[in-house]
Amino acid sequence: MQALYVGTLGAIVISGALIARQNLAAQGITSGFDFLFKSTGWDVNFSLLPSSANDPYWWFFVIGIANTLFLGSFGLFFATVVGTIIGLARTSSNLMAQLLGRAYVDFFRNIPLILQVFFWYAVITHLPTPRNAQEFLGATLTNRGFYVPALNVGAWPLAAAVLAAIGAIVAPLWLGRTAYLDRPVGERRTFQLLALAAGLALVLLFLLVGRAPNAPMLDIPTLQGLNLRGGLRVSSEFSALVIAIAIYGGAYIGEIVRGGFKAVGRGQLEAAQSLGLAPLKIFVLVRLPLALRAMLPILANQYVWLIKATTMGIAVGFSDFFMIVALAINHSGQTLEAIGILMAGFLTINLSLAAIFNRINKAIALKGNQLRG
Amino acid sequence: MAISAPSYPEKPPALELRFSATPVQAVVSLCCLAILVFVAWKLLNWAVFSAVFGTSGGPAACKAAAGACWSVITARWRIILFGLYPYDEQWRSALACLTVVVITVLSCMPTFWTGRRIATVWVVGATLYYGLMKGGILGLPRVGEEAWGGLALTLFIFVATCLIGFPLALCLCLLRRSKLPWISRTTGLIIDTVRSLPLISILFTFAVVLPFALPQWLQGDKLYRVMLGSALFFSAYQAEIIRGGMQGVPAGQEEAALALGLSYRQRIGHILLPQAMRNALPATINQFVISFKETSLVIIVGLFEILASGNAAYGTGEWTFAYVEVYAFIAFIYFVFVFSLSRYGAYLERRTSIGPR
Repeated sequence: MQALYVGTLGAIVISGALIARQNLAAQGITSGFDFLFKSTGWDVNFSLLPSSANDPYWWFFVIGIANTLFLGSFGLFFATVVGTIIGLARTSSNLMAQLLGRAYVDFFRNIPLILQVFFWYAVITHLPTPRNAQEFLGATLTNRGFYVPALNVGAWPLAAAVLAAIGAIVAPLWLGRTAYLDRPVGERRTFQLLALAAGLALVLLFLLVGRAPNAPMLDIPTLQGLNLRGGLRVSSEFSALVIAIAIYGGAYIGEIVRGGFKAVGRGQLEAAQSLGLAPLKIFVLVRLPLALRAMLPILANQYVWLIKATTMGIAVGFSDFFMIVALAINHSGQTLEAIGILMAGFLTINLSLAAIFNRINKAIALKGNQLRG
Repeated sequence: MAISAPSYPEKPPALELRFSATPVQAVVSLCCLAILVFVAWKLLNWAVFSAVFGTSGGPAACKAAAGACWSVITARWRIILFGLYPYDEQWRSALACLTVVVITVLSCMPTFWTGRRIATVWVVGATLYYGLMKGGILGLPRVGEEAWGGLALTLFIFVATCLIGFPLALCLCLLRRSKLPWISRTTGLIIDTVRSLPLISILFTFAVVLPFALPQWLQGDKLYRVMLGSALFFSAYQAEIIRGGMQGVPAGQEEAALALGLSYRQRIGHILLPQAMRNALPATINQFVISFKETSLVIIVGLFEILASGNAAYGTGEWTFAYVEVYAFIAFIYFVFVFSLSRYGAYLERRTSIGPR
């Protein structure tokens, strides 16, 4: 019975692969992974890493994954910000704020994401030309994308500064919890402040060292001739995707946040109130940590979903991982291999995201039995 | 020296408490109210008061107006709803859309909630739809799948996804719960792989890649392959939902059925599934809602569904400036379908949570 089932499935897969090999051989395409080391002959329109048409296929796949992760992290960040605001509005005791949050969720959740991507892309490409564009807080919105002020810093020092900034946030949190530091929790404030200060000092140091010589620190886009010079150009495709994912994902995350706050037991809050804690302290010390624990597993699912949603980049021509795989199939004909790489890539991304969240979940889970209610 | 207890304020009435209990609350309320009124006024002003409706003036009249240009919808609604379907036959496409609406409404009624009845409704509905769209019988001229488009195609993909996907989900779920380790593990692997991939990549694989791996006689039209891919994706998610529902059924139920000497088929069909489906009902409706929204993704593999036909409606020549109106129109259609389905789901959830479980 089992052998029959597994055997049938295996036979279908193997015969499919054999037929595919035969069909491809008939078109003069050899199978195997040799194509990874050939140069592509085409270029991508958006890349964090240096790229040219001479680069081999494997490098393009790396670029695609980097682009997907870059778009995903921006989309997730803004979606989380929007979702937190909406979720808090929906759980607040204020009737008007509840109404506003509810209207937002009902509206944006019921319209397909791809329609929203198309809409924002159409809006951005119909913005005025650089000549007629309006300036807004130093940034300029044009039909060629958004021009924002940029730091005049080289790529490597900038990356180092970003890492230092992350360290400045993480290190105090770690010091507050770790068992390596042989001090009671109350006396750790000094160490935490020191770590924060050191991190911020490192950020400044990297920025100052990596600064381009004889240039102002902040590069503000200005109009020169028909186009804008200076600053950083955020492409229309990228901004349309980030806006759409932030707005659509925000509606879903808002609901998760609301559910998390609803799951906090009334008794916990009443206990905090009876201890005489101020409302802000109740929120920071009791409601937020408990709600975070309740929503983390669902949030992890939502993040995986949003990362997968970046594949909609192909609709507007953003070169994410999926679009590069699709292009590679069109150009090289290595269909099965490229699909295999696509599957492996997404499995890796999803599994590592799930692993990270499991780790966090385990770290912050409440130990022992809690009385809930 | 006597210390007087702080005097407690009298409890304000409910509305006041929630609207302006403290100065901060009042400010927040006023700000939110201001945002709501502002957005509502802007929208109404754009969509109704200063909008252009008729086609008499053409695109020129729209460009002069400050508000929405609904003339583009009046001029192009046939393309958006029916795509490239032959003009004289579009009543059939409209009737087919109506069929889908009717079977959806019917399956929302508790009268039809037995396995046999709901299956009959969907099979009859889908056959009626297919006969109307394809023609070739009863004197209706034949219309090939390549000419199907717009809302009718979107609904067709949705119906087919549910009709193929639901039985498939049942199979996958039962196979995954099988006692035989190899069967349950292989099925689990299939389900998890499909679930971890983006839908777009599955549609792309079925539309573009699969023809290489199939012999000539099995390939079929791209539309049907895409439907299969979409159904597979739906069933992987739905199988997990049903499995969750089954885990909610107390173990004693199955043991009692075993003790009564019921066969596997009777145990599943009469004891486990009915209870599991009741547990899984809210999540199932949610999955239907999601898969309706996700039919919009077939635009990626080049099918002419409602979004693609909308792009075509404003993309040509004179109406290029009216993209907001076209997207608003399509968004409205999706909104009506999705919002009513999800409201219905929320209603069911309330109803089932009150009754005994």
